[in-house]
Amino acid sequence: MNILRKKSTANLPFSETVIELFIRLCGFSCIIFVFGIFFFVFREGAGFLFNGLDIGQFLTSPEWYPTSLNNKRYGTFALILGTFSVTALAMCMAVPFGLGAAIFVSEFCSPKLRETFKIVIELLAAIPSVVWGFIGLTLMNQLIIQVFNAPIGLTMLNGSIMLALMSVPIIVSIAEDALKAVPDSYREAAEALGATRWQVVYRVLLPAAKNGLLAAVLLGAARSIGETMAVLMATGHSVNIPSGPLSWIRTLTATIAAELGEVARGDEHYQVLFIIGILLFTITFVVNLIADLVIKGIRQE
Amino acid sequence: MGNKIEISGLEVHYGGKPALNRVSFDVHENEILGIIGPAQSGKTTLLKVINRTLEFVPEATLNGTVKLDGVDISTVSDVYGLRRRIGMVLPLPVGLPLSIYDNVAFAPRAAGIRSKSQLDELVERCLQQAALWDEVEDRLDTLGTKLSGGQQQRLTIARALSHEPEVLCLDEFSIAIDPVTTMRIEEVLKTLRKEMTILLVTNLVQQAKRLATRTAFFLNGDLIEIDSTDVIFSDTPTQQATYDYVNGTFG
Repeated sequence: MNILRKKSTANLPFSETVIELFIRLCGFSCIIFVFGIFFFVFREGAGFLFNGLDIGQFLTSPEWYPTSLNNKRYGTFALILGTFSVTALAMCMAVPFGLGAAIFVSEFCSPKLRETFKIVIELLAAIPSVVWGFIGLTLMNQLIIQVFNAPIGLTMLNGSIMLALMSVPIIVSIAEDALKAVPDSYREAAEALGATRWQVVYRVLLPAAKNGLLAAVLLGAARSIGETMAVLMATGHSVNIPSGPLSWIRTLTATIAAELGEVARGDEHYQVLFIIGILLFTITFVVNLIADLVIKGIRQE
Repeated sequence: MGNKIEISGLEVHYGGKPALNRVSFDVHENEILGIIGPAQSGKTTLLKVINRTLEFVPEATLNGTVKLDGVDISTVSDVYGLRRRIGMVLPLPVGLPLSIYDNVAFAPRAAGIRSKSQLDELVERCLQQAALWDEVEDRLDTLGTKLSGGQQQRLTIARALSHEPEVLCLDEFSIAIDPVTTMRIEEVLKTLRKEMTILLVTNLVQQAKRLATRTAFFLNGDLIEIDSTDVIFSDTPTQQATYDYVNGTFG
């Protein structure tokens, strides 16, 4: 192995060596960036995290009063609940809708229509999140007020509809790829057994593509958790333990975005916002880890 | 013997390119009809016409009639039921990504059989018929795709038998399996012939000689000759091309 490798690099012309070096650098750079970001965020928050912050209170108290003059409290429980509840509600809408659309585009529509759909879906994915926030702030706000007779439409429901619309294109395009990757021989075999098109889908394609479909759902969820601008504009941005789809909430990401510009660099509040960043990091790390474990578990089966 | 399948004036084009040219012949009940011919001669297309899976090929056009038990198959409204009357075994074994049990129970379930005891019995009978039962009876819940190539091909045969077909089509079933397994399956086919009509597409002319009661020779979408296997493999078939092909002096 070693001999082979030495031999192959020795024979490479100079230009190839340069190209290989460049590609190697590109590959390693993503690792460097991830660690670099983590290091920076951690460094900014570390002082207060290890010296002064009550972590128990930070995670379990719903009282977020970072600017109180004589009694500053940094409880993020309401923010964590906000993030998770708005994501969960968004996924309840986006997963069935996205997977359904993926099955339709991949299995039921004509090749011509499929191309049109794919272009439209890509377009949907390219809409900036601030535009979604704008739609939530104006259109969806009015709609929710009228439909539910609510005093105000900037609610968890509003935010999760926006998040659902933003994650659907991701779910559709990854799930569609996963379905397309199932060999045609499976379809042919099932059809020859007298299966209807729908039986082919749920008896053969869904089990065969489950890894990819799961990845689609998790990436959609990750997008929802990390999304900032749309939820900042559409959810009411008010610290509150959510009691239902029509309560207004605030998320972890929106808190950082809204407050980081107004704090003095280096003070407690500034550092707490970075600790929230570490928390978000941890959440996405755990989500990815779960995804990895689940997919590995499926493989071993 | 009556005719199980009657094909007349069958023409198939793929986007203007001919695949079968006005082919007419009958398949007798309970015979093994060997279908031989080089690549691109329309053998697989013929099978796709018979179980109406050609409909999934968007650019394919079809003329002529195919009758199954005297009924034009293009007029059958329950196409799924029609496909279950025909068992299909494809060249490369396709174990569906399901358990061995679910692979065999797929078609019966699609047809609406729910009873566990009925399915158990059916799965065991089909796996027995395909000479696979002894090797898998203690691991019916492992994935069908985990089996070896030869086992998977016997699994597809068991699956094709699971809906109790009247016609069994085998498309070069032995292409991916070893000679010993091939021989075992050939023995199985000889027994199955008593219960159903078998269409055996094969690239191994000797296999047709061993098994087929009659043999059809296709070339570039034309049916060159169909006759009893003895005649096709004799020194005096009607067509010179047939003689050349079966004796390996073709081209």
